[in-house]
Amino acid sequence: MNKLILGRYFPGDSPIHKLDPRAKMIAGIAFIFISFMAKNGQGLILLWLFTFFVMSLTKIGFRVFFRGVRPLIWLILFTVFLQILFTAGGIIYFTWGPIKISEFGLINALFIFSRFVTIIFVTTAVTLTTKPMELTDGLNFLMRPLRFLHVPVDELSIMLSISLRFIPNLLDETQRIMDAQKARGAVFGEGSLFRQMKALVPIFLPLFSGSLNRGEELANVMDVRGYRSELPRSSFRQLTWKIKDTVCILVILLLIAAFAVLNLVID
Amino acid sequence: MNEQIIQVKDLTFKYEPAKNNTLSSVSFAVNKGEWLSVIGNNGAGKSTLALLLIGLLKPQSGSVFVCGMPLNEETKWTIRRHAGIVFQNPDNQFIGATVQDDVAFGMENLNMPVEDMRQRVTEALELVGMLEHREADPSRLSGGQKQRVAIAGVLALHPDLLILDEAFVMLDPRSRRELLATLKQLRAEQGLTILSITHDMNEAAASDRILVLKNGSVANSGLPADIFSEEMDVEAPFSERLRRLLMSKERRTPESYLTESEWIQWLCK
Repeated sequence: MNKLILGRYFPGDSPIHKLDPRAKMIAGIAFIFISFMAKNGQGLILLWLFTFFVMSLTKIGFRVFFRGVRPLIWLILFTVFLQILFTAGGIIYFTWGPIKISEFGLINALFIFSRFVTIIFVTTAVTLTTKPMELTDGLNFLMRPLRFLHVPVDELSIMLSISLRFIPNLLDETQRIMDAQKARGAVFGEGSLFRQMKALVPIFLPLFSGSLNRGEELANVMDVRGYRSELPRSSFRQLTWKIKDTVCILVILLLIAAFAVLNLVID
Repeated sequence: MNEQIIQVKDLTFKYEPAKNNTLSSVSFAVNKGEWLSVIGNNGAGKSTLALLLIGLLKPQSGSVFVCGMPLNEETKWTIRRHAGIVFQNPDNQFIGATVQDDVAFGMENLNMPVEDMRQRVTEALELVGMLEHREADPSRLSGGQKQRVAIAGVLALHPDLLILDEAFVMLDPRSRRELLATLKQLRAEQGLTILSITHDMNEAAASDRILVLKNGSVANSGLPADIFSEEMDVEAPFSERLRRLLMSKERRTPESYLTESEWIQWLCK
């Protein structure tokens, strides 16, 4: 759990923390597309500068962000090496059978690496500074147009928020079951892979049956508290769009403009 | 005061594969503004009764009237606006991500405007003494605090009837007393009716009337004083145990059940 920072919230009161989740999510998604606009050296520098600017605004240590990259590092390296080894063009530095290390390959690899890492950094900045509940609210808002296609947006977001709310409970329960099994002499994390897997069965079984019971009880509670998916519901949590959220969107638009200008001028 | 808020007639219920009835022809009524305690051993059918009263289970036979309406598929939503229930396990009752979100859940379902919700959430949390924790994450609260939030969630809907299914078990004795006092006050001010399923005999002793369930039927019902004097296998509160102990030593004892303050008067005579 300590390794996984996706979906983790780091409390704080930085300017990024205070932004509306909708603004942050729109900006985050826009950034993914923007990263593909970087086509030259200047663009690459701008991309990295913006990323570090956002990261420092969150007031969260850079080390946390690096941890966010770690689970994906093999995928990134794989793609990067594929680019280096199999792209031809420009000056060729080294040839060995089908493998050619060329100028274009190295440049391509650098761009792909930068895109990957900056996208992870920026989206991590969004998830680290937004409470899971705010993310659900933001998502609910962004998915609203899908209602016209009869997508049950409100049901989906209440499902998501309840799932998020039960993650700590499930983790607690897993720990409790593991302790209970240890007290009965079970050993975890030792022996061959097969044995380790087998040791997990007595954890998952009670965890599953416990979750089903929990789910039923929760459904009963929702029922008696008058939850009916077919009726309109009001929302206690209200999102308020402030000037700083507009500023955030303007910054993103500015960034797009800057890339467009860079691409036009340099080509 | 004689208006009946709950009327149960010949209620019989069986969990399907089981042979025996969990409840068999249970009948009783609760007056508006009354505080009824339902006691009984484990497996006596107390919690099943609560589920039947709120329409989560369907009886095999018999009828339930709540607030003058017969309980069925059509009326259950209306009835649930007037009657709230708090269950025992607070962990599985928490729906919201924070305390105040959870309290607001029932009102969101009624499509209530935000300003009203804010006001009611504050009121309800104040009543149970959890206002300072309103932003808190439920997983960081203690069991007793979660139970208080669950009660606030029901109180925010301003119910006429509050059903408590062992909803105080995780509270420490002091907060239990405080919360009971709050509920009593609500009963006096707003005519709230309380049906409390409990194992706490001190709480039962403080209620207006006790209903004893035994093996799925009503074994006895009456004033706490009568129940504790008559039902010898009911685990009585301390004052009654003292009386029985003295009786068995053939000492002079009061003739019937006394509360603690009555005991003091009797002893000082």
